[in-house]
Amino acid sequence: MIKPMTAAQVAKRVMNQEELFILDVRNESEYKDWKIEGNSIHVINKPYFDLLDGVEEIVEELPNEDVLVVCAKEGSSKMVADMLDEAGIKEVSYLEGGMKAWSEYLEPVKVGDLSDGGELYQFVRLGKGCLSYLVESQGEAMIIDSNRMIQPYLDFAEDKSLTIKHVADTHLHADHISGGRKIAEETDASYWLPPKDATEVEFDYNGLEDGTEIEVGNTKIKVQAIYSPGHTIGSTSFIIDDQYLLTGDILFVESIGRPDLAGKAEDWVGDLRNTLYSRYKELSNDLLVLPAHFSKMSEMADSGVVAKKLGDLYKDNSGLNVDDEQEFRKMVTENLPPQPNSYEEIRQVNMGKINPEDEKQREMEIGPNRCAVN
Amino acid sequence: MNAAKVLDAKGLACPMPIVKTKKAIGEIESGEILEVQATDAGAKADLTAWTESTGHELLDSSEADGVYTFFIKKG
Repeated sequence: MIKPMTAAQVAKRVMNQEELFILDVRNESEYKDWKIEGNSIHVINKPYFDLLDGVEEIVEELPNEDVLVVCAKEGSSKMVADMLDEAGIKEVSYLEGGMKAWSEYLEPVKVGDLSDGGELYQFVRLGKGCLSYLVESQGEAMIIDSNRMIQPYLDFAEDKSLTIKHVADTHLHADHISGGRKIAEETDASYWLPPKDATEVEFDYNGLEDGTEIEVGNTKIKVQAIYSPGHTIGSTSFIIDDQYLLTGDILFVESIGRPDLAGKAEDWVGDLRNTLYSRYKELSNDLLVLPAHFSKMSEMADSGVVAKKLGDLYKDNSGLNVDDEQEFRKMVTENLPPQPNSYEEIRQVNMGKINPEDEKQREMEIGPNRCAVN
Repeated sequence: MNAAKVLDAKGLACPMPIVKTKKAIGEIESGEILEVQATDAGAKADLTAWTESTGHELLDSSEADGVYTFFIKKG
């Protein structure tokens, strides 16, 4: 009997580094674009349409037991899983909801404590490399860079009896649809956006200016906004409780942000340089950098958190160690990876200009985030 | 285009459009054309890859009102 495996179960295996053998039966181009990855994950690709006549040739490449079959939505993986089961492989499962479900799954991981007893959580979207944050203190919460799927945040807040007071986006996202506005509407929270990224938005928001301070909880956990342009002209970072630096899409653990997703690479490269090479340099090296993305599993610590001290990044991150300005300019404007899927439409959704159906929004987001220059 | 056979795979989810296409192509002669109509958004990439790996030729594909139409020449 084949069994379903949920995206949550797969996430546990990835994060706990438990072995998992995956047969991905999507077509080759989809597989090359994006797949389930992890240090303990072994994955091979064989499109389902090459297995219609039988699975004999692929069985030789598979272990005798515990194989997960994965496809785009679910149907093909069930078919192939049944065939493997009949061919005698034990413990065959299929990914429930397919790569679509994988793309949407969020795993909350605790980053650390705040000075007043509050806590900071990172919500890891393994399937897309998106990272979002929840700050909680004294029964209040703030959510930063929320994903389109808002229920996990609402459920989390409810479980911990938190009132969501503030929701913010560090910038206008181009790789995923923000759930910020929706959370704010459902919970009566304030929605914060940098005004320079919001010149075309068609809804009301609170402006995040350099030096804006937001309080979460009675004991005043400070969330301090720092104007840090480069990925977008409005990009803003947050310092939380003088301990954590949320860098948005400006600085990642092993790479830096790309300045071109709004078509302004040449204009914004100077801002990016200034933010990374002087603005952040003025900050304490002890701040723990928490980015809005990761693209490799090596960026994740054993605890499951994607983070690194600012001082260590200045030593180890090659994007912070390009002394020559021209060379830097070249690196972030030439030879960039392909842009995220549907990035222009995603920006339009985040500005409130278009509002496609849920299914369409889901499809727009499929694939890797590609917000970094590697 | 003169299709020897028309396959209606509308409303079917993956993997059925390809399973049915494979069966239908088995029922026509080499050189003849099969027309496939499908609504599954994944069908286009999969049919393209499938025709390549099986030696058939995808002559044309188009989309109108959510229906994808493919013309495949049997190899």
